[in-house]
Amino acid sequence: MAGAITVYGNKETAQRPKHITEPKYVQWILIAIALLFLGLVVLLPLVSVFVEGFRKGADLYFKGLTEPDTLSALKLTLIVAAIAVPLNTVFGVAAAWAISKFQFKGKNFLITLIDLPFAVSPVIAGLIYVLMFGAQGYFGPWLDDRGIQIVFAVPGIVLATIFVTVPFVARELIPLMQAQGVQQEEAAASLGAKGGSIFWRVTLPNIKWGLIYGIILCNARAMGEFGAVSVVSGHIRGQTNTLPLHVEILYNEYQFSASFAVASLLVMLAVITLIVKGIVEWKSGASHAGNH
Amino acid sequence: MKGSKARRALPGFGLSLGFTLFYISLIVLIPLAAVFFKTFELSWAELWSTITNPRVLASYRISFTTALWAGLINAVFGLLVAWVLVRYPFPGKRFIDSLVDIPFALPTAVAGIALTTIYAKTGWVGSLLEPLGIKVAYTQLGIIIALVFIGLPFVVRTVQPVLQDLEKETEEAAVMLGAYRRRTFFKVVLPELMPTLLTGFALAFARGIGEYGSVVFISGNMPMRTEIAPLLIMTKLEQYDYAGATAIAAVMLTVSFILLLIINLLQWRMSRRAIPD
Repeated sequence: MAGAITVYGNKETAQRPKHITEPKYVQWILIAIALLFLGLVVLLPLVSVFVEGFRKGADLYFKGLTEPDTLSALKLTLIVAAIAVPLNTVFGVAAAWAISKFQFKGKNFLITLIDLPFAVSPVIAGLIYVLMFGAQGYFGPWLDDRGIQIVFAVPGIVLATIFVTVPFVARELIPLMQAQGVQQEEAAASLGAKGGSIFWRVTLPNIKWGLIYGIILCNARAMGEFGAVSVVSGHIRGQTNTLPLHVEILYNEYQFSASFAVASLLVMLAVITLIVKGIVEWKSGASHAGNH
Repeated sequence: MKGSKARRALPGFGLSLGFTLFYISLIVLIPLAAVFFKTFELSWAELWSTITNPRVLASYRISFTTALWAGLINAVFGLLVAWVLVRYPFPGKRFIDSLVDIPFALPTAVAGIALTTIYAKTGWVGSLLEPLGIKVAYTQLGIIIALVFIGLPFVVRTVQPVLQDLEKETEEAAVMLGAYRRRTFFKVVLPELMPTLLTGFALAFARGIGEYGSVVFISGNMPMRTEIAPLLIMTKLEQYDYAGATAIAAVMLTVSFILLLIINLLQWRMSRRAIPD
């Protein structure tokens, strides 16, 4: 089981038989506690981002968003995601294909390897690339001679983001493709289909929704990554700042409402991510219903 | 007799496995190895004194204990939330269910500034707690709250599917044998959920010790008191003390790897015990 967060179908709960469930008043107390907890821990911070962002009025809110430094941070964030997400998607598909359709030794070890970036602190994720490519790093002098800048420049940010988001698509696809088995693909192969056809026409339609969900999650994390990028970027305004770093800089300069205005962009990204997740679940639930 | 020919009924094994291994080595393994190689450049004495420096030890302690408390809180309340979501019907459930994913999808820096603003002395919750003498921002309590936010989805989303698939039969048997509901919960249901609860806790804990973005704003980063280990690494990097930063990182990586192995072991054991439908 490689994925801890998988597409979870929200099934409607029929009322359980009375003898194996709690009395109604207990149910309502527990529901109230759960709602209170979630409201305090999750909802409150979410709402506060928008409230703080608009604290100085709508005018300043939009001004904060369209400032040149914000726009270049946005551009950099989008570029980094546009590189990291497709690369990790290709990796995820390849890894899931190898793991789910074939038998080989060391499969569990490989799955654990893929999960590694999940267990590594983001700061360490950035550190390792500084160690490799920084001025005092292993490849530092070699890169210097050729005038290539990786750390404190865009390539370093891209690398760190790729590292942090490597597992996302793979973790979505591996359990999904394992559950789907090899029968359909083998049937296609026995009918004479070549590798490419098998993948595009048999496998891909089956994993469509899991793939979309994995890409969306990967994208959300790629655009929101903070710790790893913070180490690698050098925080050079207008050049090596991503949106999350820009939020930090504004906050540290006490420009609170501007900071929250930019943060609200990222909140909206998170909300869109979750809406897409909801759509994916609904669609995949619908197609499962058809199979029963 | 399954020979190697039968295994390769489908094409693309070499290509996909080869690319997978290449990518993982390039992006993940080799850079991670660089940490350990760098620490080998230090003598044992240097390494030991760096790792056991009081400020460094304090940062491990702070990271570890705050993650532990946050993990425990998440285990209890996460189980509650998962229970309520799986077993009770109530209006707005879908919305509540998607709330659980917010910490997973939200950038850590955004969570960090939002939580700091709420729990600061002048914040919505901070101003309510201040007269009671409870300080949240710039204390370990603040760090714990941030880590609870971050770790919540790990517990809930791990427990939910297992809870969903729990058979009614065991609870019915307990009722028939005369157990009241509370006893059934503690003696029948909870033990069944223990492995998955442990896994969720371990995931939240592992995430907690390495967390940076959401903690760094609310903690105030005071050495020996609220300085978490990742922050110390960052500070050393800014001072160009690469050796020191790497030494701390090596210790944290080792702990992370061990945790990861434990988690995967737990998940593997759980999937072996599950009786396939």
